[in-house]
Amino acid sequence: MINIDVIQKTAESLMKKAAIEIPDDYLSGLQKAADDEDGDLSSFVLEAMLENYAAAKEDSRAMCGDTGCPRWYVKMGNETRIDGGPIALETALRRATANATQSVPLRPNRVHPLWRTDHDNNVGIGAPEIEYGFEPDGDWIDLVTVHKGGLFGTDYRMLFPSDGIEGIKRFYLDSLVAFGKRGLACQPAIIGIGLGGSKDSCMVLGKRAACLRMVGDRNPDPKIATLEDEFKELGNNIGMGAMGFVGKSMVIDCNIEVGYCHTGGMQMSVHAFCLSSRRAVARIYGDGRVTYRTDPAWFTDYQRRETVEW
Amino acid sequence: MVNSNKPRKIHLSANPTPEALADLIIGDIVYLDGTVYTAREGIYKRVLEDGIAMPLDLPAKSAANFHCSPAATQHDDGSFDLGAVTATASFRFSKWIGPWLAESGAKLIIGKGGMSAQDYRDHFVPHGAIYLTTVGYGTGALLGRGVKQVCDLHWKNELGLAQAMWVLDVENFGPFIVESDLEGNSLFERENARIAASLDKVYEGTRPAVLKRFGETDDRSDELI
Repeated sequence: MINIDVIQKTAESLMKKAAIEIPDDYLSGLQKAADDEDGDLSSFVLEAMLENYAAAKEDSRAMCGDTGCPRWYVKMGNETRIDGGPIALETALRRATANATQSVPLRPNRVHPLWRTDHDNNVGIGAPEIEYGFEPDGDWIDLVTVHKGGLFGTDYRMLFPSDGIEGIKRFYLDSLVAFGKRGLACQPAIIGIGLGGSKDSCMVLGKRAACLRMVGDRNPDPKIATLEDEFKELGNNIGMGAMGFVGKSMVIDCNIEVGYCHTGGMQMSVHAFCLSSRRAVARIYGDGRVTYRTDPAWFTDYQRRETVEW
Repeated sequence: MVNSNKPRKIHLSANPTPEALADLIIGDIVYLDGTVYTAREGIYKRVLEDGIAMPLDLPAKSAANFHCSPAATQHDDGSFDLGAVTATASFRFSKWIGPWLAESGAKLIIGKGGMSAQDYRDHFVPHGAIYLTTVGYGTGALLGRGVKQVCDLHWKNELGLAQAMWVLDVENFGPFIVESDLEGNSLFERENARIAASLDKVYEGTRPAVLKRFGETDDRSDELI
């Protein structure tokens, strides 16, 4: 049985880590981009970002003033039991989000879409989002928080089988060029692409591809893995760098996730996870142990299951 | 297409003289000293549409309007805890910017992504104002370091923490990049034009979607803002 107070305390600490500490995989990717960049303005921007990550950690303050929209991905083993059940879990995550907004502090970004009501705590109707996944074995719970920027860099389009790879490339480039101008997408970013599913699940897949995979890992389908490499290079050959200045740093990595779709369609979504790729992960075991990491390890064979019996 | 000159780094007052502004060229790196205030759609609507009087004396107190909501909180005793500060995208405030420059006397608009060269020519140039863009985006922790103290927080109850007007004393506050000059030139539009020149080659081997969208364009020099 997992203690509910440990869940809330761990969740609060994850909120702080996500806001302040740039994950190592993204940092290495950005460092490499900074080493390769030869546009003067783009280089200046990347050096300033590296300095900013160090300042955030040193001062224990958020990396970016726009601390995004906190959300939770929760994964449990088949044997996991939580003190108070799923309702207590959701209450703990909502409390942790509100408390951390005050204590870090984070920007209270979440408001009512029409009345613009702000509770000053990033909690409200449907906020924070809490999504779930399960694994066949284990009695642990993984808490993943992602504080994704919310305004630019994401798009969806219904493509069709006749659009082919050429059509996918076109929409990918359109998204990068359109949102890359003036740096609206806060590039260089981890780009996630969702292919297939239905409109809603295509968006979910693409967002998870951007936020829940590590820089450098590859889709287990070797042909998709090749596309990921190709798309990363394509994005970095646009001629655009940080803030939309002349340069060659747009894409720190490109991750693609797929889902089975309608036989006549080929849904596509593109998502940019910004210069402050805020994600933090902890596993809490039944015996009360807590271990922290930055790899969500979300996309397991079970999450991508392909057959009736996985 | 790479410039051979490294950008210049310049210290500027948040109440700059016309001469200091005239010296700036697009692409310069700027650090501010003095007092800046945040104002975005909530403040613009309240002052310009609802006609409510400004809560402070502008531009005497400050001529630097930051399009920003800080990651900050106010404690029960009235004290502040301010962490990171980053700008929000400015193009959304286009409809208010002319009247706002007239009403506030602002000479520096600081934000994310700039505004259109049209806005610069129509509104900034007549008021002798320029646009500074934040870097990154965003160097929130570095900017947070430049805030020496929160002087005031106006209209917190009316607008909430994110839209309220934060008045900040700053020192070595930056980096920012000069995006527009007194003639209304835009750094972003210059860079867009340079990049657009080679985009057709990048798009080789792709094809337009079979299902079109209303208003769709293949003009690579087009912008979203």
